[in-house]
Amino acid sequence: MFPNVFEYYRANSVAEAIALLTKYGDDARPISGGQSLVPLMKLRLVNPGVIVDLNPIPGLDYVRRTDGVIELGGLVRHAEAESAALLKQHLPVVVDAVELTGDMQVRNRGTVGGVIAEADPGGDWGAALLAVNGKVECEGPNGKRVIDGPDFYLDFLTTALGPGEIVTGVQLPVPAARSGGAYLKLERRSGDFAVVGAAVQLTVGADGTCQEIGIGLSGVGTIPIKATEAERALKGTKLTDADVAEAARLVDGAIEPLTDVRASAEYRRAMAGVYFKRALKAAQARVK
Amino acid sequence: MVEIKLKVNGEERTADVEPRMLLVHLLRDVLRLTGPHVGCVVGRCGACTVLWNGKPVKSCMALAIQTDGTEVVTVEGLAKDGELSPLQEAFWEHDAAECGYCTPGMLMAATGLLMQNPTPTEAEIKRAISGNLCRCTGYVNIVQAVRSAAMVMSEK
Repeated sequence: MFPNVFEYYRANSVAEAIALLTKYGDDARPISGGQSLVPLMKLRLVNPGVIVDLNPIPGLDYVRRTDGVIELGGLVRHAEAESAALLKQHLPVVVDAVELTGDMQVRNRGTVGGVIAEADPGGDWGAALLAVNGKVECEGPNGKRVIDGPDFYLDFLTTALGPGEIVTGVQLPVPAARSGGAYLKLERRSGDFAVVGAAVQLTVGADGTCQEIGIGLSGVGTIPIKATEAERALKGTKLTDADVAEAARLVDGAIEPLTDVRASAEYRRAMAGVYFKRALKAAQARVK
Repeated sequence: MVEIKLKVNGEERTADVEPRMLLVHLLRDVLRLTGPHVGCVVGRCGACTVLWNGKPVKSCMALAIQTDGTEVVTVEGLAKDGELSPLQEAFWEHDAAECGYCTPGMLMAATGLLMQNPTPTEAEIKRAISGNLCRCTGYVNIVQAVRSAAMVMSEK
């Protein structure tokens, strides 16, 4: 099994990638890791006439801290993100999500920019990005822009990226002191997309009051979901069992799970609350 | 067709490829290295795993044209001068192959693991080969072989 015929262009800069993608329009697809795109092309579910390879673009593989933000370049491989000291130290919730993405081979090749742009609702990165209030850096024919996580995901496999626009990186705010986070995932088999995934990132005061909280969910809708009402409800509480139960009810209201080959909508709904609560506990245990 | 140059198992090779040619087909059909196996065809079974610039990847999910100017190692590149690598030796000793179809992929995934982490725990080994399916379900011996190879290699 192999893909349909296509023309192949190497982009040696972001500008060149944008120019090629703009020139060939809907017939063109950018490729970075290719760990989803190549199988889809082999199955002939996606048949681009032009492939624009982003891999030769220099300078998009940075993991760095600027001011209060950890920035990852679009061409950072998952394996690099997984072992990035900055993420381990400040955002273990993101490390959890990366570790659960695909398998070793996929993580060696797949990229941060690629997985964000793919926007599979069962992917792990989306939930983590939403929980930590991350932003997506994009560049296209009209220049650069930075999009808030919740505004980036529009519909099933559909993002706010415009024609000729690519993801060049993500911005993840460095949490305050006394913060912790965790991502937990229910999967049918190792490395699969999530039946349900829950990411929680929180900051607590010295008296145990929840000062900040972010909740991101995967596998329970057509897009990764940010449970904003549950976040609002938990802020300022002591995270008692009653508070968490009320938040779980709001999480239940925020999700729109679908039935597919991996699980029924009912099962996903039942598990979403369970995984949300477990992720919250795991996040609390990591507060430091 | 585009001419590409790459290093395969230490040797400089050139090949004419169509952009849609997958790396696994370049290796098997053009360069006649049939160690990387085609199993599931959609990137789940890991039987086609090779080292690409020193890291295990599935050669059915890379375009051959992308390997221009890079280095690829297949299972054929593990033995040196007829001597099995310590990992291959350990697979032999632990009967870590049943039908053998997954074996090249297992060997390349585990080789990549040991290059990065010479003393992996059992959990780390299992995690590293989680992208490689053995439908004979011979995982126990495979994990033992990787552990044993790690020990042998770290004693050297």
